[in-house]
Amino acid sequence: MKADIVIVGGGPAGLAAAISAAKEDKSLDILILERDNELGGILNQCIHNGFGLHTFNEELTGPEYAARFEEQLDGLGIRYMLGTMVLDVSSGSVTAINSKEGVFKVNCGAVVLCMGCRERPRGALNIPGLRPAGVFTAGTAQRLVNIEGYMPGREVVILGSGDIGLIMARRMTLEGAKVKCVCELMPYSGGLKRNIVQCLDDFNIPLLLSHTVIDIKGKERVTSVVIAEVDERSKPIPGTEQEIACDTLLLSCGLIPENELSRSAGVEINPSTNGPVVNESFETSIPGVFACGNVLHVHDLVDYVSEESGRAGRSAARFVKNKATAEGPVIKIRNGNGVRYTVPSFVRVNELSDDLVIRFRSGNVYKDSYIKVLFDGETKLSRRKPIITPGEMEQVILKKEDLANTPSEILIEIAER
Amino acid sequence: MEKRELTCINCPMGCRITVTMEGDDILSVEGNTCKRGFLYACNEVKSPVRTVTTTIKVTGGLSDRVSCKTKEAVPKDKIFEVMEVINKASCKAPVAIGDVLIEDCAGTGILVVATKAVGSV
Ligand SMILES: Cc1cc2nc3c(=O)[nH]c(=O)nc-3n(C[C@H](O)[C@H](O)[C@H](O)COP(=O)(O)OP(=O)(O)OC[C@H]3O[C@@H](n4cnc5c(N)ncnc54)[C@H](O)[C@@H]3O)c2cc1C
Ligand code: SF4
Repeated sequence: MKADIVIVGGGPAGLAAAISAAKEDKSLDILILERDNELGGILNQCIHNGFGLHTFNEELTGPEYAARFEEQLDGLGIRYMLGTMVLDVSSGSVTAINSKEGVFKVNCGAVVLCMGCRERPRGALNIPGLRPAGVFTAGTAQRLVNIEGYMPGREVVILGSGDIGLIMARRMTLEGAKVKCVCELMPYSGGLKRNIVQCLDDFNIPLLLSHTVIDIKGKERVTSVVIAEVDERSKPIPGTEQEIACDTLLLSCGLIPENELSRSAGVEINPSTNGPVVNESFETSIPGVFACGNVLHVHDLVDYVSEESGRAGRSAARFVKNKATAEGPVIKIRNGNGVRYTVPSFVRVNELSDDLVIRFRSGNVYKDSYIKVLFDGETKLSRRKPIITPGEMEQVILKKEDLANTPSEILIEIAER
Repeated sequence: MEKRELTCINCPMGCRITVTMEGDDILSVEGNTCKRGFLYACNEVKSPVRTVTTTIKVTGGLSDRVSCKTKEAVPKDKIFEVMEVINKASCKAPVAIGDVLIEDCAGTGILVVATKAVGSV
């Protein structure tokens, strides 16, 4: 089989990358490979609203947002194969499997990795206790309730206050369950403020910050969990234990980009994001292999996924046309004080087609601070922010002209007052 | 005079809004970044509303459930009544996005519409 561009994964990242690549060059043959039996990725189970405010200026649910993109595929001549799992990726080809074709290879000019991320499973969290039924990741519970129409439990404790946990606290409550509390290990929530208001406060669900689950009880099914307060080093404080009766524990403890394919292809991975290291064009360390969306770094807003993936798709289209990667000066982007990572990691100035968007997350909560951009040690930009939290992605936009003098290094940092 | 602190839920910015009230009268709204935030704050202190999103049973379809939402936000204290009506209802495939599944849900005068397409078997 042959295609100009193969897109691995048909979630919002894959859809936006395919569409903008097709719009960049109508003659390109673009193929999306999706392992699920429908397009849309995680959006299919995100039936709540809040999607698309930036992109469409209206508030859509996940499935509606995905449909806006899916509608455009036929008109642009974009092909897709469902129930097709990609097994291997290299710079000029992709190997996949499905029940009709068996294992097959697609030779291609460029690949865009859009595999999304998966939830951190329980094993990774080291909670002691028995292994009864009734422990689910929040995303699994979301799939059960919203797609299969099956309630995983009646009395619920949620560990982790990421958005999926918050959304599921409301969802389970609406369906008649009693959500006893949401425990968060950190002294701040990892979720959006609006979700704390409309998912917890609206239903009087307590959010216990600096708390964790230290034991799970029950033989066949969860009967209770023991929670405790933790100190600054996340160690449980003796004497603060409380036993809470429940039949279900939901875990919402973060997402990990799904990069098994990228790793085995030899793509360089950034240990801070667990996603590929990319340049301004979202190209990984392997020429012709691009990455965007949650596989690159975890996003909380699908609008940003679509915007970023649009850029990645356009870059892939240009790569197929021009082939040779540009020569010329390269600017390194470094993360300074308070900044956990930046995407991209470096910029090839000659390849920059419009303004440079640098996205990053902080490593801590900062009140009344400045986001600073330094070119070779000299402050270029300083923006005051009342609050910066690790739960919300930040960005700075640098004008192409500003980069004309090509500093050798751009540093992003957070300066406290 | 009474000051109420709110977090706007209309977009992910989550602006902190302070509403100053004298009895039922709103004297000032501060902290919102845009007009939507102003309207949200005025509603929130008087009659808070929320959009309800859930699923509804489908018969004869490629899947057994379809996601749906109240077309407009319903009064906050009606959320559970709205859920009860939706949970008792069902619809027939095929369903298209935007199809009206329930008219006047729980006496709110508000429609429940499908947010996903489901083909028939
Ligand atoms: C529970 C939850 C709630 C959210 N709430 C909001 C919200 O309220 N507002 C908002 O704006 N954003 C929200 N988001 C964020 C947004 O939905 C995600 O950022 C977005 O879906 C990420 O898109 P993606 O395409 O990168 O990944 P995904 O949607 O995960 O798509 C990845 C796709 O790749 C496929 N795939 C993976 N590996 C392979 C392979 N080897 N072969 C073939 N296919 C493969 C998967 O099956 C999947 O379809 C939420 C996310 C979650 C999880
Ligand atoms: S006031 Fe405007 S910008 Fe601020 S959260 Fe509300 S809708 Fe968003």
